[in-house]
Amino acid sequence: MSLNVESSESRTLPTLTPLRLLDNAGHAIRSEDAGGFALPEPEILRDIYRRMVVARRFDVQVTALTRQGRLATYPSAFGQEACEIGAVAALDATDWLFPTYRDSIALLTRGVAPAEILSQFRGDWHSGYDPRAHRIAPLATPLATQALHAVGLGHAARLRRDPIVALTFLGDGATSEGDAHEAFNFAAVWQAPTVFVVQNNQFAISVPLERQTRAATLADKAVGYGMPGYHVDGNDVAAMYAVTRHAVERARNGGGPTLVEGLTYRIEAHTTTDDPTRYRESRDVEHWKRRDPIERLEKYLVSDGLLGDEERSSIADEAEALAADTRRTMNVEADHDPLELFEHVYATRRVALGEQRAFLADERDRAAR
Amino acid sequence: MTTTSMAGALTTALRDAMAADERVVVYGEDVGPLGGVFRVTDGLQAEFGSDRIWDSPLAESGIVGTAVGMALYGLRPVVEMQFDAFSYPAFEQIVSHVAKMRNRTRGRVGMPLVIRIPCSGDIGGVEHHSDSSEAYWTATPGLTVVTPSNPADAYSMLREAIDSDDPIIFLEPKSRYWMRADVEFPARQTSFDRAHVVREGDDVTLLAYGPTVATALAAADQAAADGLSIEVVDLRSLSPFDDETVGASVRKTSRAAVIHEAAQFGGYGAEVAARVTERNFFHLSAPVLRITGFDVPYPSPKLEEYFLPTAERVLDAIETWQWEAR
Ligand SMILES: Cc1ncc(C[n+]2csc(CCOP(=O)(O)OP(=O)(O)O)c2C)c(N)n1
Repeated sequence: MSLNVESSESRTLPTLTPLRLLDNAGHAIRSEDAGGFALPEPEILRDIYRRMVVARRFDVQVTALTRQGRLATYPSAFGQEACEIGAVAALDATDWLFPTYRDSIALLTRGVAPAEILSQFRGDWHSGYDPRAHRIAPLATPLATQALHAVGLGHAARLRRDPIVALTFLGDGATSEGDAHEAFNFAAVWQAPTVFVVQNNQFAISVPLERQTRAATLADKAVGYGMPGYHVDGNDVAAMYAVTRHAVERARNGGGPTLVEGLTYRIEAHTTTDDPTRYRESRDVEHWKRRDPIERLEKYLVSDGLLGDEERSSIADEAEALAADTRRTMNVEADHDPLELFEHVYATRRVALGEQRAFLADERDRAAR
Repeated sequence: MTTTSMAGALTTALRDAMAADERVVVYGEDVGPLGGVFRVTDGLQAEFGSDRIWDSPLAESGIVGTAVGMALYGLRPVVEMQFDAFSYPAFEQIVSHVAKMRNRTRGRVGMPLVIRIPCSGDIGGVEHHSDSSEAYWTATPGLTVVTPSNPADAYSMLREAIDSDDPIIFLEPKSRYWMRADVEFPARQTSFDRAHVVREGDDVTLLAYGPTVATALAAADQAAADGLSIEVVDLRSLSPFDDETVGASVRKTSRAAVIHEAAQFGGYGAEVAARVTERNFFHLSAPVLRITGFDVPYPSPKLEEYFLPTAERVLDAIETWQWEAR
């Protein structure tokens, strides 16, 4: 990718108009207006398209399963596929991801199995996957806390001279938390290989962006810490990928952290227990539905002859198969061994926990009799 | 045999740990060229370089939060909180992530990190420099909370903390930093899940830790002059609690009191009194007492002498028990 980004970019203010490479009709933007970024290779875009379609189907399926009582709750990313997948696709397999509760489809894209992704929302275990095997930290619920973990891991890798980048997702609300500020600052001071992807879906549960910040864009925040910030059209996956890929390469080459803000919209409720009609207008939702990130890329790929009916139907089959697999897995109750409660608190054996384990074992024996 | 202060013993422990394992990194506020406000990291940056020990930006949540990521990557961070009350910005990272990571990941990811916190008062510090915050940490499953009371233990326990695969809250009683003793390095004591009987006695068990071990020993000296034989147990580890050593002592003496600087209500002494009573009730001839700070914020320097538990208060408290004619 050829890049024409200014060298003193950390002092460049982000644009007020979101940076995009494809317009809403799926037409490529003139290169003068593309902020120095180029459209990703067709193969990359086709792969991303497939992943987005599959992820959307997964998201819809899990929301349905939650309504049927199969999961305790599910925070949907419907409408945010470009941010989630564009960003994750820009990582190498050796890079690390630090996700939040909203980012199930990013995990899916990185190859985590549905049952492992959903174990927390289903109520099995807090983190169902092996973080080291997938290079994905456990989903963080306390807002912005994971951003510091990403900075720490990236810095540790750098101290060891390992060319590894840590990418973390934050919501727009989360940027108000102290940990977000501390993470931005630590990363910049340490020149840690960190990419902060702020998914600005414009609401923190019910609170709109204008009650969260007075900054013109969330990308503006980067400037004060001494790192570049990009205000990107978060429904344009080509732009999300290109900008994030630039940030990842920059971090890998010792250039330090970058903040990438994707301006997007959450089409579904905050979680399945929320009532969004109390705080937003249905016409806004309709407006954003017409800016759907998957349709935009599809229009581009189809009009450029990069996507045919045959491939579309094979992608649809793949999505249906994943949905069916997810339904099947979620309809089987997992086995829980309550005595495992005591196994994962300390590496070092504790007498008191042994006593409590024996108590529970005995109580269960008596109940079984 | 070297004569060393407790701060010096901690420095030696850090140096030996860093030399023994290159995964050990040390950072915090002013720990580099200055050597920490208590000089515990004195000389270490010159020796190990700024990739192993460095000054971090001034933000406690940031210090602990980044340590979580470093531990996840395989390093063994030892981080310093400058003073007890300044660890509170890191509270969320400690209780929500450090303490829970092993559990959240079903045992797949541990947090082998040490959070060093200079603790408690009696140094004439202004407010926010003399808190005893142990009850917050001991109430949190997943944390191990230890506090040395002398130079040899300071060395041994810090080495053990750094070697541990569990996260350790390492409380350093600042009023004892300058306490000197002869130590043979590398002094390795019994593991810190064992309490130490630091003075044997027959009539009363005093349960003390960190700064109050010296108070208990002073009380024992004074009582001996009156013909009362006091046993002093240094808990060393607050969580886990050594029920065995404490129970054996209490069953021998049949009377126990716990001493700490922190406020009484909901304090660590409540846990000690409850579990000692639950497990040894029929061996006790009097209720377990608590000699503690008052239920007020830690006072200004000119008033701290009224607040801190003293040997006299310990002896007065013991006098309130119903003693059979002696
Ligand atoms: C420290 C903290 N405070 C409050 C909450 C409760 N909470 C969960 S999600 C949320 C809104 C977050 O909004 P945002 O960061 O914009 O992310 P989004 O949910 O829109 O993806 C709140 C307040 C929390 N999880 N963590």
